[in-house]
Parts: sequence; structure tokens; C-alpha cells
Amino acid sequence: MLQYAWLVLVFPLAGVLINAFFGYRLGRRACGALATVAVALSFLWGVGILAGLLNLPAEAREVHLALWDWIVAADLHVGLSLLVDPLSVVMLLVVTGVGALIHLYSNGYMREDPDYARFFTYLNLFIVGMLLLVLADNFLLLYLGWEAVGLCSYLLIGFWYQKKSAADAGKKAFIVNRVGDFGFALGIMLIFATFGTLGFREVFERAPVTLQAGGAVATAITLLLFTGAIGKSAQIPLYVWLPDAMEGPTPVSALIHAATMVTAGVYMVARTHVLFALAPVSSAVVAAIGTLTAIYAATIALVQTDIKRVLAYSTISQLGYMFLAVGVGAYAAGIFHLTTHAFFKALLFLGAGSVIHALGGEQDMRRMGGLFSKLRVTGITFVVAWLAISGIPPLSGFFSKDEILAAAYHSGNVPLWLIGLITAGLTAFYMSRAVFLTFFGDSRVSHEAAHHLHESPPTMTVPLAVLAVLAAIAGLGASAFNGFLEPVFEGAHAAEAGGLPEAALIALSVLAAVVGIALAWLMYQRRAIAPERIGARVPSLHRLLYNAYYVDYGYQRLVVRPLHALAQWLARSFDLGVIDGIVNGVPALVSGMSRRLRGWQSGYVRRYALSLVFGVVIVTTVALVMVRTI
Amino acid sequence: MLPTLSVLNLNGAVPQIAVAGAGMLIMLIDALFHRGSRRWAAYLALLGLAVALARVVESGASAETILDGALARDGLGMAFALVLIVAAALSVLVAMDYLRREEHERAEYYALILFATAGGLAMAMANDLVAVFIGLETLSISLYVLSAFFTGDAASREAALKYLLLGAFASAFFLYGIALLYGASGTTRLVEMGTAIRLAGTQADPLLWGGVALIIVGVGFKLALVPFHSWAPDVYQGAPTSVTAFMSVASKVAAFAALVRLLVVVLAPAAPLTSALLALLAVLTMTVGNILALAQDEVKRLLAYSSIAQAGYILVAAVAGEVGAAAVLFYLLGYAFTNLGAFAVVLAWSRRGEGRLPFSDLAGLGFRRPWTAAALSLFLLSLTGMPLTVGFVGKLYLFGAAVQAGWTWLAIVAVLNSVVSAFYYLRLVVIMYMREAEMPLALQRAGLALGVALAVCAAGVILLGLVPGVALDWARQAVAVVLS
Amino acid sequence: MVPADFLPILVLIIVAVGMSAIAIALSALLGPHKSTPTKLMPYESGMVPVGDARLRFSIRFFVVAILFILFDVEAIFFYPWAVYFRRLGLFALIQIVVFVGILFVGYFYAWRKGALEWE
Repeated sequence: MLQYAWLVLVFPLAGVLINAFFGYRLGRRACGALATVAVALSFLWGVGILAGLLNLPAEAREVHLALWDWIVAADLHVGLSLLVDPLSVVMLLVVTGVGALIHLYSNGYMREDPDYARFFTYLNLFIVGMLLLVLADNFLLLYLGWEAVGLCSYLLIGFWYQKKSAADAGKKAFIVNRVGDFGFALGIMLIFATFGTLGFREVFERAPVTLQAGGAVATAITLLLFTGAIGKSAQIPLYVWLPDAMEGPTPVSALIHAATMVTAGVYMVARTHVLFALAPVSSAVVAAIGTLTAIYAATIALVQTDIKRVLAYSTISQLGYMFLAVGVGAYAAGIFHLTTHAFFKALLFLGAGSVIHALGGEQDMRRMGGLFSKLRVTGITFVVAWLAISGIPPLSGFFSKDEILAAAYHSGNVPLWLIGLITAGLTAFYMSRAVFLTFFGDSRVSHEAAHHLHESPPTMTVPLAVLAVLAAIAGLGASAFNGFLEPVFEGAHAAEAGGLPEAALIALSVLAAVVGIALAWLMYQRRAIAPERIGARVPSLHRLLYNAYYVDYGYQRLVVRPLHALAQWLARSFDLGVIDGIVNGVPALVSGMSRRLRGWQSGYVRRYALSLVFGVVIVTTVALVMVRTI
Repeated sequence: MLPTLSVLNLNGAVPQIAVAGAGMLIMLIDALFHRGSRRWAAYLALLGLAVALARVVESGASAETILDGALARDGLGMAFALVLIVAAALSVLVAMDYLRREEHERAEYYALILFATAGGLAMAMANDLVAVFIGLETLSISLYVLSAFFTGDAASREAALKYLLLGAFASAFFLYGIALLYGASGTTRLVEMGTAIRLAGTQADPLLWGGVALIIVGVGFKLALVPFHSWAPDVYQGAPTSVTAFMSVASKVAAFAALVRLLVVVLAPAAPLTSALLALLAVLTMTVGNILALAQDEVKRLLAYSSIAQAGYILVAAVAGEVGAAAVLFYLLGYAFTNLGAFAVVLAWSRRGEGRLPFSDLAGLGFRRPWTAAALSLFLLSLTGMPLTVGFVGKLYLFGAAVQAGWTWLAIVAVLNSVVSAFYYLRLVVIMYMREAEMPLALQRAGLALGVALAVCAAGVILLGLVPGVALDWARQAVAVVLS
Repeated sequence: MVPADFLPILVLIIVAVGMSAIAIALSALLGPHKSTPTKLMPYESGMVPVGDARLRFSIRFFVVAILFILFDVEAIFFYPWAVYFRRLGLFALIQIVVFVGILFVGYFYAWRKGALEWE
């Protein structure tokens, strides 16, 4: 079984080839079905691989499959070789499992689109790239997968390229990711220069000997690798592309920009944990950036009105959690959160897609409301996902988030933990706000849209239901999950320090979630109630409600408005001014230089001859100066 | 001692003789029976190249000289010769349908391609600076004439005249460099020159270093290195596209062959100087080439600037001297397939009587011409250096060689430049697949010969990208056998 | 040959360039400038020019001139060979035959292509 692990790549690859060349001839149904079945087969094969791995003793669960020697030269040996170990199998199952469901969903979602074959080709190609990324056994192959998923992301964000905003968003994603990839490529080059190899096994075996713990080289390598992760996983300061990436079709947002591709950075840091263990400074940077991004994005999510943008900022924030986890050495917790997040965030996106689909393309929550009774399946599953991401026990998000917060606390870095806790409250708040605005309260749906309102077809609701079950129960497997991953991360245990007992930490994080939800409920569900009238009728309750009013008021005055302003300011001035300025400025600068240089290309031979002479003077001067110096 | 036939070792010169002989035969036959189609000339040219290729492959490398020591048939020379012959054969295939379509089908075209190739072969295998010079001039003069081949076209004539004037100018510098090196070492034979320089030690000798600088100017002109590049965009654009394709590959292969040999055999003691100079030129060439390419809106000129930048990348490995020789060779092999392929698509798609291929003409071709568009995408991705294409492996080797030789910062500059280049290469792909054509062009069907050339180029790019091992081993073994 | 050996040549170059530069500079500085139409004519005391001197020549002159130079220069190679013919022997004879053969291909080509005909 295990030696045939490469078959998981073959199924979607076959899907790509068939759909690329014959997709339109196959017809819409066959094309979508083929793509879905290809990924589903990969998933089933992945389950088989998992079984095979479980049959092995725990310490032998690391299989290196050398399939094919790609580049063989004296000093460099790079092959298409796969690494099957608990970490890669978890990623494999998440990618193909969630991927298959989203493919199924796309059959319904893209029913009207004339470009279905192109869509499914890209989607399958993405799965191939992502599997290559998670199964790679060397840095070069990892980089190849990394670039491939980036390319697919770019193609799919700009899928509706006729729309200028979509084309621009694709471009933005591409440019921003280039910045990260450049760092990543440098990191890989530095690894090769240091170790003389790019294979995971060799590098990780030699690292403790070759690299000085805490030394400059280890720090440089890990920081460069992390630069790549910052770009791909949308962390500060390179997160700007992700909200715009929502221009793509919603299944794409769910699959690529929530569940799988954006988590590649977390996976990569976890995969290279041996190197990060040698660079405490880099680990601290990872944790700090993660935490900062988590709260930063959460504050922005508070004020968004576009349902997909709320989810986008939420994704950025949750990715920050994952980086917090891997930054403090809780790799298993980070990967566990990655997994549960894949379930509930994919579910949220697909649910949002279902809503958007039902409303004929409406994405503004201010024109939604009261949809719960109309869209039953979507509503119920969305609520499950909401509770899961908010961290309500016993749903999956509770377990994974709690593990991260506990790890942050025990790492001795209380501020990180505190920020994480606050973010948990904010998360619960903004998600509740979204749920109340969308599914509950009075309907603010336009007449036209209300007329067409319909629940989505089964191809769309079945994936929702499956994901809802997963999002609900996945948390129960936490200890089994951690036990399974343990051999990969052995030696990378988070420090166990004293302090508050476990139960208190759990209570605090649940409290944060409950407070967040309650606040949102008061503000967005019960806002019709005028506080003065209740206060006049029941004085004892008056006090309470007064306080509630006070909180509401204070929240408005002291939190929402400043936060709103801050978020607005951050979103407007920082995002647009600084980062977009850089993103737009670099090409502008380059093309400016380009125009100036073009002036030299005048077409006059005498000018050319002059530049030749100029070159001769430079070259001979350099030569004759060097004669003196050497 | 007087030379005898055995010293000439004519057997080893069969490649040159076959190529030049086929060229002369074409001229004679054409002069005698000049009527009707000129297809036969192309076939005769291919035959001559095939004989040369067979001879190169079959005879193998050995550290011996031919033509009384003027040429060396060592691994380095034979390997570059092989790349050159392959490139020339592909250029002939590419030109056949194009010339007919443009109504300029004349036998001289193929004869000139063969003469240029013969000159390039002499440069690749030269063991004597005078032989390098003769090869350079044979190559250049043939290219001057080829640039003017579309006699009715003012742009073509202008290109040729510019090329001639500036080329003659650069040749003068090159010749002067030879003279200075001769003054410094007392010989023009490369091997003896290398020995003389090594014996003299690394003491600073203005004659030697001035000569090196001027030789680099001459070679730099041929390679279109910045700041000796100014002719290239105009000539590349003005010349018939099939000539541009040949020129952009053949000149580079021949000139890099000569440069690598000079660096390895003669100038190793002067490595601090040559490396510093070449690194300077590499940075300038990559950066200026890429930045200028960004501003183009027409494919042929874009490829002209891109090939300037590509020369810069190759130079990065040349900076590493002996360490980078195999990387240079391998990259040039891949580059021959890639660049000729890209130009072949330009040929197929450009309007009749017009060398230009504006970006807007590409719109929508991704679906209307799926195979050709896929091939062009492949070539562009390879030029960018995307994994699984030969461009990636090649660049990995080029930059790896630089890192190995301690030029890490140069490799970083090169990688940065590759990142920049992705913008303009991929823009073409985006236009092909993601933009609707405003006014669909009437495209001619590509002929059989062009199709064969495209298929060979695409296969080369993919195969060398997927299984580079064989070719890399070949390159490494080839450059290990150097007459010195 | 070391660079110092070239010193006399350098001195000669400097003197030659210097002398002519001084002569030109002096006449430009000291000479009176009174230009009249007559003075500005190409041949002040000769014939009055009729029409523009920049005439278009027939391109055939160029072809003939090129061919002349080619075969003229190549004839020079025969002299050293002829002088040492006896010492060089059969080998050199074969070489010169090959050389002439290649020349002949070119000549034949030029002839058949009509480069030698005026019309």
C-alpha cells in the first residue's frame, strides 16, 4: 500500500489532463463528476495509506519513497521522492477530503458558468500541487508544489477575468506572494549552501551538527523560510492579498483561501521544526507575528459588512493562531487547529456561498437577515460552524483553540496567551454578528431576491452536512490525533510550566467565547429593545440592563468606534496607503526606469557606437585599476 | 618544420568541412540551375549538418588538435559544436516555410546559415586566438548578410547596416585585444599562452589585463552584453525573424564557447580580474535587459531584450570560471531549444510581410491555436525558469555554480532578476489565455517543417527538464576534457 | 617587448598630434576671418561648381569594387607561395588548389548570378 502512495497524485493529474483537453467535449456533468471522483479516489487512497501507516510501529512511521531521480549531478541530487509520515498523511487527508467535498459542491455552484472545464481543470491542478507540497521529501519539490498552488490560486482568483476587480485581485495575490517566495527561495538556497543537500532527511539529520543552535545561519534560514510562509499564509505584513482573493468563486475561497493552500505556511514551519528548534529567535518571531496577526485581523473582521470578507479576515486571524502554536513549539496543536479550521472554515465559506447563491449574488450582510427558516440545511450547518469557530465545547474549535492557548500559556509567554484569549472573544463576537445578521432577525432581503430565495441543490447541501458533522465531532479525536503526530515532533515539546491549572484555562477560553457571543447577541439580536422602557418596568433588571446598556454604550464609544476607526484606519491607510503603495509602487518604479532606459535605444548608430566606446572605457578602466590593486 | 597532411588531421575537421562544403555546394548548384523551388537547398543544408552532427557524436572527444594546432577537438569544443549544429538544424527547419511565405525563398539563405555555423564551429573549437577571430568574422559577416536578407524591407537593411558598422567597430577592439595578449605572452596559441601566463605568475601586467579587457569587449559585443548591447534590439527586430532566431542562439553558443575556453585555458591566473569584470557585466546585462523588456509591447522585441537578459544569466556561471563551464553548456543546450521554439511561434503567428507580433495579436490564441499556444507557454515558462522545464534546471545550475564559487550575492541578483522576468514572460501567457481577441487574425497554417521544429523544441524543453541527469552528466564529462 | 619599449612610438605620436594641433590652433586663432562667397567655394580659384557634389552612383560600381578587392587581395596570397614553391612542395600545392577551388566557387557564383554584367 505505502509504496503506491504516489497514486494519490495520479488521480487528480489524470483529471487535469482529461479535463484540459476534452473537458468541453465531455459536457458539464461528466466534467465535474470526473474531477470530483478523481479527488475522492485520492482521498480513499489516502485512507488506505493511513491504514498502512497505522500498521507500522509508531517509531517506524516515516517512509521515504524515491520514485524517480529528477536532477542527478555530482553535488546535487534531487528526486521526485515522497515522504509519508503522520504529518503528511494528515495533510493529505485534509486536502483530499475537504477537496473532494468542495469539488462536489462546485458541481452545483458552478452550474451556470460556461467555463466549467477550465474551472475544474484548475481545481484538480491545485489538488496535484497541494499534494506535491505536503508529500514532498525535499525542499525543491516542496518549492515546486508551493509555486504550483500559487499559480492555481492566481488563476482561480482571476477566474472571472472579465471582471477588472477579479483580474486585479489575482495580480495582487501574485505580486504579494512573489515577495514571500523570493525569501523562501533564498532560504532554500541558503540551506543548499549550508548542507549541500535539499533532502528533508539529510538536512534534518545534519542540522543539529552543522548548525550552531541560536546561530546566525540557523536564524537566517528559518527567517527566510518564514518569509515564504508569511506570504502564502497571509500574515502581517503580507496578508493584504487574501481579502481581495475573495473575488474568486466561493468554492475556491473555501478550498484554497481557507482550508488548504493558506495553511501551507503552517505546514512548512511544522515540517522544518528541527530547524526552528535551533533558532529560538525565529520561533519567537513566528509566535509574535502569528499573535499579532490573529488580533489584528480579528479587529478588522468586526466591522466588515461583506460576508466573505468577514470570513477572509477570520481566516487570517485563525492562521495567526496556528503560527502562535508552532511558534511556541506546540506543533501538534497547530496542525490540529489547521485540521479543525479546515472543516469549519470550509463549511463557513460553503455556507456563505450557499447564501450568496440563494440570494442571486448578494454578499452584503446588511441586505440579509432571517434566512434561517428559508435555508434550513445551510442555516443549521452554518450555526454548527459558528459555534465551532467560537470555541464552544464540545465542538472541534474548542479543543484545538484551547490546546493552542494552553501551550502559549505554558510557554511562559503570558502576553501572547492573553492576546490569544482576547482574540478568541473577538472571534466569537464577529462570527456571532455575522450569524445574527445573516440568518436571524428581520429579513432585509430585497423583494427581488426574496422572490427567488431557494435552498441549494443536494450537490451543495451534502458537503455542508458532512463538513458540519466533522466540524462538530473532530475535537473528540484530539488526543488520538496528538498521539499520532507525536513521533514527527518528538523532542519539540512545549515547556510545561506552573501557573493556572488546566481547568481554569479552559474556563477562561470558554468564557471569552461566551462573552463574545453574548455581546453580539445583545447588540445585533436584541437591539430593538429600548433599554429605558425595561428599566422603568423592572428596576432590579434595570440595573442589569443598564449595565448591559452601559456595556453596549461603552462598547460603542470605547471599543467599537475606536476599533472601527482603528480598523478603518488600518484597513484604509495602512493597507491601502503603505502596503498597496509598496505593491503598486515597485512596478511603477520599474516601468519608470524602463521608460528612461528606453531613451538610450534611440536607433542612431552613432549613439550606439558611443555607448560601445563608453563600455570599452569602463571595462579597460576597471582592468587597469585592478592591475594596481592586486 | 613544415606541415604535412598528418599534422592537419583533416579527419577531425570533418564537421567544419561538411558544413562549409554543403554551403558551397548550395551556391554552386544554385548558380547552375537556379529555377523553381529552393526546398532542395534546405534539405542539402540539413544533410550537411547531419553529417557534421554524426561526426561530432561518433568521433567523441580527445585532447588532440587539428589543422596544425589551430583547432582543438576536446570535449569542450565538441560539446559546444554539438549544441551549435543542433541549433543550426532547427533554424533551417524554422526558416523553410517562413521564407516561402514571405516570398524570399532563396538558396543563399541556407548557404549563409551554413557558413555562419562553420564560423561558429571554428570559434567553439578554436585553440588559437587567430582561429577565434576568423571564426568570429565568418560568423559575423554571414549574419550581416542574413540580417539584410529581406532586401525589399527597409528595416531589414537598416538592421544589417547597423550591425555591420558596430560589428566592425567591436571586431577592431577584439583584434587589438589579441594583439595585446600576443604582446604579453608571445604566442596566439591558447594552450601556450596559458602556460606563458601561468609561468609569468599573477604579477600585474598591463598588457595582459588590457588585452583581457578588450577581448571581453569583443566577445561581449557578440553576446550583446550591456553596455555593448545597443545594436541588439534594433538588429533583432529589423532582421528577418528566422535570422533573429538563429542569431540569438548561434552567436551566443559560439561566443560563450570561446569565452569559456579562454577563461579555463588561458585566463585562469587572471581570474580575479575576469570574474570581477564579468560579474559587473552580468549584473548590468541582466538588470538592464529585464527592465527594458518590461516596457515592450511587441513579442519579437521582447524576446530580443529577453535574450540579452538570458546572456546575463549565463554570464553568472561564466564568472565562476571552470566550475561554471558545465552549467553554461547545459543552459545553452536548453536555451537553444527554448529560444528557437519561442521564435518559431512568433514566425508562425506574425502577419505576412511584417516581423512584428504585437501583444494584442496574441489575445485569444490560447484557445484558437491550443497546441501552438501551449508550446509558446512552455517556452516562456522555461525562459522564466519554472520547475519541470529545462530553464529551471539550467538556472539552478548556473546560479548554483556561482554560489559554489563564492559569488552568492551575484546569484541573489540573478534570482531577483528571474523574479522580475516572470512579469513579462507570464504576461504573454495571460494575454493568450485570458483575453478575448478584438479582431481575430487570419492565421496561416504552420507548415510541416515548422511543426517538426516546434515539436523538437518542445520535446527538448520537457525532456531536459524532466530527466536532466543524462544531459548534465554529458555536459560535465565534456567540459572535463579540455586541451590545456 | 615591454611597455617601455613603446616609449619612442608614444613620443612620436604625441609630437605628431601636437604639431598638427598647434598648427591648426594657431591659424584658427591668429588668422583673419573675412569670409566672402568666393572664399567659401570649394575651389576658390578653380571652376564654379555646377549642381550638388553628392551624386547617386550606380550600385553596380559597388559590386564591381567589392569583387575587385576580394580577388585582388586574394591574389596576394599567391606571391609567398610562388616564391617558396619548391621548398613547400606537394602539400602546399594541394593547399593552394583547395584555396583556389574555394575562390572559384565564389567567382563562379558571382558570374552566374550576373554580378559581372553591367545591365
